[in-house]
Amino acid sequence: MDTSLKREAVFDKLFYHSTRLCAFAVLLVIIAIIISLIIGAWPALKKFGFGFLTSTAWNPVTEEFGALVSIYGTLLTSAIAMAIGVPVSFGIALFITELCPVWLKRPIGIAIELLAAIPSIIYGMWGLFILAPLFGDYVEPWFTNHFGDIPLLGALFSGPPMGIGVATAGIILAIMVIPFMAAVMRDMFEVVPAVLKESAYGIGATTWEVIYKVVLPYTKIGVVGGIMLGLGRALGETMAVTFVIGNANRINASLFMPGNTISSSLANQFTEAVGEIYTSSLIALGLILFLITFIVLALAKLLLYRLSKQEGSRT
Amino acid sequence: MLKKVFMLTMIVAVMVILSAGITGQAIASDVRTISGAGATFPYPVYAKWADAYNKVTGIKLNYQSIGSGGGIKQIKAKTIDFGASDAPLKAEDLDKSGLLQFPMIMGGVVPVVNIPGISSGSLKMSNELLADIYLGKVKKWNDDKIKTQNPGLKLPDSAITVVHRSDGSGTTWIFTNYLSKVSPEWKRKVGNDKAVAWPAGVGGKGNEGVASYVKRIKGSIGYVEYAYALQNHLTYVKLHNRSGGFVVPSSKTFQAAAANADWTHAKGFYMVLTDQPGKDSWPITGASFILVYNNQHKPDVGKAVLKFFDWCYSNGSKMAEKLDYVPMPDNVANLVRATWHEKIKNPQGMPIW
Amino acid sequence: MIQSNIDIKRYRRRRLFNYFVLFVSVLTTIFGLFWLVWLLWTLIGQGFQYLNLDLFFKATPPPGSNGGLANAIVGSLMLTIVGVSIGTPMGVLAGTYLSEYARYSKLATLIRFVNDILLSAPSIILGVFVYEIVVISTGHFSGWAGSIALSLIALPIVVRTTEDMLRLVPNSVREAAAALGAPQWKVTIAIVYRAARSGILTGILLAVARISGETAPLLFTALNNQFWSHTMNEPIANLPVVIFQFAMSPYDDWQHLAWAGALLITFSVLTLNIIVRLFLRTPKSSY
Repeated sequence: MDTSLKREAVFDKLFYHSTRLCAFAVLLVIIAIIISLIIGAWPALKKFGFGFLTSTAWNPVTEEFGALVSIYGTLLTSAIAMAIGVPVSFGIALFITELCPVWLKRPIGIAIELLAAIPSIIYGMWGLFILAPLFGDYVEPWFTNHFGDIPLLGALFSGPPMGIGVATAGIILAIMVIPFMAAVMRDMFEVVPAVLKESAYGIGATTWEVIYKVVLPYTKIGVVGGIMLGLGRALGETMAVTFVIGNANRINASLFMPGNTISSSLANQFTEAVGEIYTSSLIALGLILFLITFIVLALAKLLLYRLSKQEGSRT
Repeated sequence: MLKKVFMLTMIVAVMVILSAGITGQAIASDVRTISGAGATFPYPVYAKWADAYNKVTGIKLNYQSIGSGGGIKQIKAKTIDFGASDAPLKAEDLDKSGLLQFPMIMGGVVPVVNIPGISSGSLKMSNELLADIYLGKVKKWNDDKIKTQNPGLKLPDSAITVVHRSDGSGTTWIFTNYLSKVSPEWKRKVGNDKAVAWPAGVGGKGNEGVASYVKRIKGSIGYVEYAYALQNHLTYVKLHNRSGGFVVPSSKTFQAAAANADWTHAKGFYMVLTDQPGKDSWPITGASFILVYNNQHKPDVGKAVLKFFDWCYSNGSKMAEKLDYVPMPDNVANLVRATWHEKIKNPQGMPIW
Repeated sequence: MIQSNIDIKRYRRRRLFNYFVLFVSVLTTIFGLFWLVWLLWTLIGQGFQYLNLDLFFKATPPPGSNGGLANAIVGSLMLTIVGVSIGTPMGVLAGTYLSEYARYSKLATLIRFVNDILLSAPSIILGVFVYEIVVISTGHFSGWAGSIALSLIALPIVVRTTEDMLRLVPNSVREAAAALGAPQWKVTIAIVYRAARSGILTGILLAVARISGETAPLLFTALNNQFWSHTMNEPIANLPVVIFQFAMSPYDDWQHLAWAGALLITFSVLTLNIIVRLFLRTPKSSY
């Protein structure tokens, strides 16, 4: 009787420590990632210093590298994705929560989640084979013909209609992040206590006014958190962008010209980078991307956490 | 439910073992696979050779077509059995890394275009024009510079999309070597290397990527090894060579350029075949090289690699010519074999060939 | 009287704006669904015609020859199975810790926070990380490196769903078991796990669905192989990287294989997701 109790105590300790170890492993992984990225990027960072962030050079011949082109591409494609994605996700969430007949809610919800589950390489292939030619043949020439001559705005739409480029990449990114943001926004909207909404309806508010004046203020922190989650996704997305961005290491004013993002630079050049500085510069790009997404995601998490504390129902 | 989960796990485990077993069986009869990586330039002919060699000996060649830069990197990192590069390494570099370099095949790099209405060989370009287009100075197809060289050709008023390589490429090395020779501005601004800071254009991965982009984008121009132009029905361009003629790419013009090569005096077989004299010479010809270690710590793998290439030297010429590559002449092949005997040793210091 | 006139006008305006907004929201939903339908339509249209038995029995060919995707399919299966096998036990144990032992501690909050960041971290960075740690130190690409990269993607998903599911188990069940004299580890394994088993399975399946489609982390870890790999200790063919290579190539037969492979991946992933969402209990969609 005594020995079996002792044995149980040992097992208990064993179990406790193994779960604790695994939990710590999660922390360890993140720390290990950051450390290994810093170690890998060190030669480039030492050579270029902070100038790395502002230089547009990317010359494997003279071993001059700069992150600005890739950072610009990452930010620009994500900005386009957000500009298109946020309103659309908002509309979808609005539809599902307020307008949709009950029998339709589940299927549409599933459909949106299916969009989220499609692997990004499929988006990339579809973008390259279907969207890009369409863009190159119809959309881009239309824009160039109609807006190309306006003094400042026209620069955005200049350049040969290749179909691939920053604009196409941004649009595909938008289609990819819409499901995530729509799902988060829908969850946020559903969390609002019915009492609040019904009181608003009761005094004669229209659906839109209920959303705008009751639901949104209540959930705004969460909505912003959801948007930032989508942004985090967009910043890090690799395959969908690599297919259609065109791999050009220079910055152009035009949206129709090719460019590069941090992830597409990595995907294209990593296995072939010869030389320590080249590889190290690529890893430095990876480090920058990791830090950017880390900050965005951390902010998103904080905002979502604040919302859940506010309404007190989730934890 | 626990029972169901257990059953499921068992089924999965069995599947894993089975599949591992299946793969094991499929290659149980194979003695060896040799792995190589690198240049996309010779990939079509290496793939053909490997297929034929496999039918004869059962040995498989696993070749990753990732670009010469990748091939050099991987062989230096010893993650593959041999590397392939069209950018020859200099003798000092070879000695430093302990590598042996030998030429395997020759071919031509060809500018290809996608202009509606223009067929192969109808567009002519001088050296400077090609450089200017790639420098981004000539932006439209109906630019005067192109029109004067091609009177009577209907050129559209559309923008030129330049396509280049986004990866470290021997084909780029050969192409930029040529451009550096014919355009001082190019030499000064961009230079000659496997990857350069391109002044304009879109980057494709590998010869395949460039061919793919040129095929898709109207008004584009790219440079690919000739086999890729053939296989993908791309429109090629006539170039002006040093001795004054306009030549089309073909095995005849590649051979004319290659005839000038003096392999016996090339240290480490370093050889550049661009801008060769001769009125029939194609100006952008090059050789593709194989890189192996002098000291083979896995001598039987090393021997298998050499046996494959020896077979290709002896039996691969017809297949290569069908794809418009230029096989190495017999005397060079013998020179290479002698170098294998002289340089490549097993850990005990004995030659493995 | 004038007062109510103004009110009616304002009311009409509000109503009109409301209809307008609702109309726009319908449009956006159609917009979102439109892409899904178009994507699947293209995928089926392009890929279905190239589906044949050869896909499952022949290895990837050089351009211009006949072949299939068999080695890539088997390779992907093996990478997924090994990746999930590494990630799941660690994930379940970690989730157990967060739920059973340290639910309200500051440490748990930190781990949850970090876990969620790992969940949404760019997968290509994970690939670079594993390249640095595994590929460089072993000196070559391998299926093991690829599986480790995939397990890093699966881990946070399993941790998150396990913790969520375990927390749903009411405390009364735990207390009943403890009252009968069961030690904590037994309470957890025999009672709580059992109660949450479908939820945990959900998490595992979601992780499988997620990693089957991942390409970026495999680009520089498992690389690719034209033929069958003998062991996991060498580069191994896998569907996503093969699709990437074939789709970007100019060869028509390779592009056909890429479409067929894309169709295969998409439908496996979608089927898994549908099974999970329709038949098993899910937590809120794990973003």
